[in-house]
Amino acid sequence: MSQNALKKLKTKFKAAVVDSHERLGNETAIVSREKLLEVCQWLFSDEKMAFDMLSDVTAVDYQNRQPRYEVVYHLYSTTQKHRLRLRVPVEEGQESVPSVAGIWRAANWGEREVFDMFGIRFEGHVDMRRILLYDEFVGHPLRKDYPVQKSQPRMDLRSPERDAVEEFRHFYQDRNRPA
Amino acid sequence: MGVERQLPGFVTSKLSTAVNWARKFSLFQYPFVTACCGMEYMAVACNRYDISRFGAEIPRFSPRQADLLWVVGTVNHKLAPFLARIYDQISDPKWVLSFGVCASTGGFYDNYATVQGIDKIIPVDVYIPGCPPRPEQVIDALIMLQEKIAREDWEEHYDRAPAIEVPA
Amino acid sequence: MNQPRSLAALQPDPDVNAHEDVMVLNMGPSHPAMHGTVRMVLTLDGETIVKCDPEIGYLHRGFEKMCENVTWTQVFPYTDRLNYVSPLLNNFGYALAVEKLLGIEITERARYIRTIMGEMSRICDHLTCVAAGALELGAMSAFLYAIEGRDLIWDIVEEVTGARLTVTYARVGGLKDDLTPDFRERWADVQPRVEKIIAVLDQLATKNRVFMDRMQGTGVISKADAINYGFTGPALRSTGVAYDIRKDHPYFAYDRVDFDVIVGSRGDNYDRYLVRMGEMVQSIRIINHCLRDMPEGPVMVDAPHVVLPAKHDVYNSIEGMINHFKIIFEGIQVPAGEVYSFTEAANGELGFYIVSNGTGRPWRLRVRPPCFYLMGGIDRLVEGAMISDIIPTFDTINMIGGEIDR
Repeated sequence: MSQNALKKLKTKFKAAVVDSHERLGNETAIVSREKLLEVCQWLFSDEKMAFDMLSDVTAVDYQNRQPRYEVVYHLYSTTQKHRLRLRVPVEEGQESVPSVAGIWRAANWGEREVFDMFGIRFEGHVDMRRILLYDEFVGHPLRKDYPVQKSQPRMDLRSPERDAVEEFRHFYQDRNRPA
Repeated sequence: MGVERQLPGFVTSKLSTAVNWARKFSLFQYPFVTACCGMEYMAVACNRYDISRFGAEIPRFSPRQADLLWVVGTVNHKLAPFLARIYDQISDPKWVLSFGVCASTGGFYDNYATVQGIDKIIPVDVYIPGCPPRPEQVIDALIMLQEKIAREDWEEHYDRAPAIEVPA
Repeated sequence: MNQPRSLAALQPDPDVNAHEDVMVLNMGPSHPAMHGTVRMVLTLDGETIVKCDPEIGYLHRGFEKMCENVTWTQVFPYTDRLNYVSPLLNNFGYALAVEKLLGIEITERARYIRTIMGEMSRICDHLTCVAAGALELGAMSAFLYAIEGRDLIWDIVEEVTGARLTVTYARVGGLKDDLTPDFRERWADVQPRVEKIIAVLDQLATKNRVFMDRMQGTGVISKADAINYGFTGPALRSTGVAYDIRKDHPYFAYDRVDFDVIVGSRGDNYDRYLVRMGEMVQSIRIINHCLRDMPEGPVMVDAPHVVLPAKHDVYNSIEGMINHFKIIFEGIQVPAGEVYSFTEAANGELGFYIVSNGTGRPWRLRVRPPCFYLMGGIDRLVEGAMISDIIPTFDTINMIGGEIDR
């Protein structure tokens, strides 16, 4: 069922769908950023596609390739029971994607979290602020260049010199070696 | 509160024993519950592993009415100022029980978000390791705290510094 | 935080008209009804809520970042602490995702055991949710009964897995260990007691006038809104949408057992409570059916590149030792790719989106927490309601801090 959805999407939006695959049973389409809203609107309102639920919106940081980030949307249809994944490549330096919160209100919080963790802004989002971290936090932790132990305390700690962050930093510097 | 400091030694030690006996068997808890340890806290407070047998029966959800602060679960940097503020709002005498390894040392969340132990924010009396600790461990810690209260000088709480310094 | 105290700040502000302006009230992060760690900033007009702005993140522990720095098997303890009232469901969901990427199928016995233990965890989760809900509405006896029921199940879980709460029972390719030899006798002993406790909860709460008044008609959401907000699980089923992943996209042994999908109709708190009570009974039914049909056999799949060899081989042969060494130190070498695998956790669709770069460590591990999207819709659920309606709404949504903040 999902294969049909992917085929129809590719036929209708030939220019927007840059690439696609169906590995491991997950139908995936890579969509360009400019056409994202149009594609999503069609996926939501067309009665054969009927993707009425946005399961999840997240992002991935592929550190050493261009485009560096990809915003990933998982769509589901409760009536047709098919799934689709949309991936939108985002260049480093132009981290901004149109917001789909007008179509699926689930994207409201999902996009806030992507902004919080990756720094990708969503144009047209009514409430673009951090959700899991505090406002004084500088940086976006799920980016690969953010060190995992770099904490930013919100208040003066009683014994900062015993904090594991400073003592053992050199053991954890380059743990995740990209392939 | 002045005449007690001028009494001879044996009277104050008897007074200490009496006051500490009253304090240790009537601990009013403030359960500052955040994470998974909260489930074990519920289990230890309920009918099977009952902590009300040790006097620590009722959870008081207002810091003004409590004297034992149970910090149950992970405290992260976002929550740290709130924990300090609640600690300050509890009036003396107060004790702090750090429940679980996340509250004691940060647990295995050695990352940007978690405070590596609440003793970086507030002074702690008893640490309970475990992820989550078994209820029997918690009861052991409570008894240990009661023994600590019994040993202390009854007026040692009145000069502690607050966790957040407020300019006058 | 550190504001100077002065007497002027305590005088009432003459520009504020207390009878006509809206008031902003903070239900702070440490609040008994906020399940520990959510802050709600309420804008109130008298007792009615004009706007509700929840602020989460007070239990953010950096799960996704930590998982990028550990091996695939070392992620299991982190998944326990996601939805910490039903840790087995999280373990099995993650194991399913990695097995999909690897392309291996687990053994038959492991499927049945995963179903059984998962349903036990689901009963624990629903008992805790109903217990906390009853406690916050004043029915403390119901709380005590439900926690006793949960302790009974935890006894069995402890015998099988070794721990009461944070179990780390699943492994990629199967399970840590088989069930205990006397599992059926223990379950035959515990099941009637748990059923009695569920019946007692029903008697205490379901037809109780106060409980019904507070739960019926509060926290209402329509079907279309619920789907649009991304609701899944009992919250969605209470609005009338019969979406249950165990029936629609079955996994493990769910396609071989009979159970019903409990669907509500009005989408209010009472229906969510009834859906949970019904699901507990169905879970017991699933466990009994699985115990009847479960075959004998190994619980770990026969795949040396994924599964640790038996201890006998590790200590007595070079190949076993090297195999063990490579799997522990380098991690299971999962082929590069991405997968989104979804299971029905107690709160809804728990999804794991995993991106692997071919090494022994995940490149990106995303958890789709069901209650994150439920909380996103909470301002729709409580707008126009009174403050006291937040309490049952928040309870039946069953926000678990470890899951929403990771």
